[in-house]
Amino acid sequence: MSGSVLFDAPGPNAIRRSRILSIVFAIATVVLLGLAAYQLWLGGAFYQDRWDIFGRPEVWFAARGLMAGLGTTLSIAGIAAIGAMILGIIFSILRNAASRWVRIPTTIVLEFFRGMPVLLMMLFILIVFASGTYWSVVWALVVYNGAIIGEALRAGMKSLPKGQRESGLAIGLTPLRTTLAIELPQALRIMLPIILAQLIVLLKDTSLGYIVGSPEILRIGRQLVDFYDREGGPYALSMFFVLLAIYLALNLSLSAIVRWLHKRVSRPRKGGPNLDGTKTEAVPVSTQAMRQQAGRDPLADSTRYPGAGMEGGGG
Amino acid sequence: MQAIFENLPLWWQGMGMTLLLTGVVTLIGLPVGILLAGMRVSPVAALRVVAAVWTEVARNTPLTLVFFFTAFVLPKLGFIFDFTLGAILALTYYTSAFFAEAVRSGINSVPLGQAEASRSIGLGFGQTMGLVVLPQAFRSVLPPIINVIIALTKNTSVAMGFFIFVLTSVAQRLSTSYGDQALQIFIGVALSYLIITVPLGQAVDYLERKWSVQR
Repeated sequence: MSGSVLFDAPGPNAIRRSRILSIVFAIATVVLLGLAAYQLWLGGAFYQDRWDIFGRPEVWFAARGLMAGLGTTLSIAGIAAIGAMILGIIFSILRNAASRWVRIPTTIVLEFFRGMPVLLMMLFILIVFASGTYWSVVWALVVYNGAIIGEALRAGMKSLPKGQRESGLAIGLTPLRTTLAIELPQALRIMLPIILAQLIVLLKDTSLGYIVGSPEILRIGRQLVDFYDREGGPYALSMFFVLLAIYLALNLSLSAIVRWLHKRVSRPRKGGPNLDGTKTEAVPVSTQAMRQQAGRDPLADSTRYPGAGMEGGGG
Repeated sequence: MQAIFENLPLWWQGMGMTLLLTGVVTLIGLPVGILLAGMRVSPVAALRVVAAVWTEVARNTPLTLVFFFTAFVLPKLGFIFDFTLGAILALTYYTSAFFAEAVRSGINSVPLGQAEASRSIGLGFGQTMGLVVLPQAFRSVLPPIINVIIALTKNTSVAMGFFIFVLTSVAQRLSTSYGDQALQIFIGVALSYLIITVPLGQAVDYLERKWSVQR
């Protein structure tokens, strides 16, 4: 449901009122932000000496500089994303296994993994397996997100029409081949936006490495703040803004990709041409879908929907 | 397990803080989230923009960075307060965006025809929302809200890195003094989280089954 249905196309009075409200609110926001900025300025946040370290190359490119931290963050996220996908696929297959002896323990283990905080799992792997901070973060993210992706894939497979599995079995594929070749690809397609959104969460969760002690960007940032100022830390705020900008740039661009994919995936699939060579069209099932068929008048077209029986069918 | 039972007061301390953070943040964050969701569908453009920026920025910032802000940056700017209050601030800011998204998805799940019908009998924005859309959105909104609370319960663990003693800190402290029982300690603490999250998850399943409506 789009927001615009909730209120009329505004008339002149309403437009004026809404514009006044908008302006009042915008001014209030700007004033508030301005006050905050002024407060910061009084505190000296915008002085040269709060930002000068970011002009030095060693802050970015030294062995323990921000770029190295960003590299660690991205490499943890990358390795963990691939691992979580693989583990998720394995989990979803085990979770659907025919044997109760596989299915039920997997379910319990998955519930267990999904119910505990990632941070606890990181500490656990760090302390019990003594795997070092970097790999404890990677492994915890793999296991936790693998469990979540596994559940998503299972839900995707469950949402498929039953005939998909039945026809796979009917043409003589083994149950495993049916899952791998028929159900999983479709489940992946359906669940792609959810899985990608989870991978963004994974990227954000790499920052938990700060607490465990892996040298990712947040930890490096903290160390730089401490290193450049031992008396009171004037770089804390500027470092926060730099880190915020980096994370936002990363995550927002990934979110944009996810949204684009979501639109692509949720678009009705186009079939081949009809027998008479005309194009097939997806049937809009809601008022909204009708509206979305751009540049066409839904009423004029409604006679051509299947069941309306005016055109074609008879031949 | 032995170690946990021997240190029950410590466990209670962590459990209490986890529950406290979860409860307080839900109580503050949920109204903020509902307000944000309402702003996001409102006719006033400025409200929409502010709510959109708030939710998008909060959802795309790692929680650890928000904690970093409340625990290290704010004190440097002269705002000095209790670490617990800082944790509540950070968690509320972060979680309110997720509450807002849950409510908004619930509003979106009400079929378009409902809003169209109430518009066509002459109800205004406030009436459409208050009398028609929100009451129907409520049932589809509760399960995702509980899911946000479950995520919040787990997110309170991040406070551990910022001087707050939550359940996860219990695991860390005990496993250093009882090195040989680390495995049991971690399983015990994980189970403690499950004590909170599993009933909530069951409630989601139950509500989804009970309230699923054919549309």
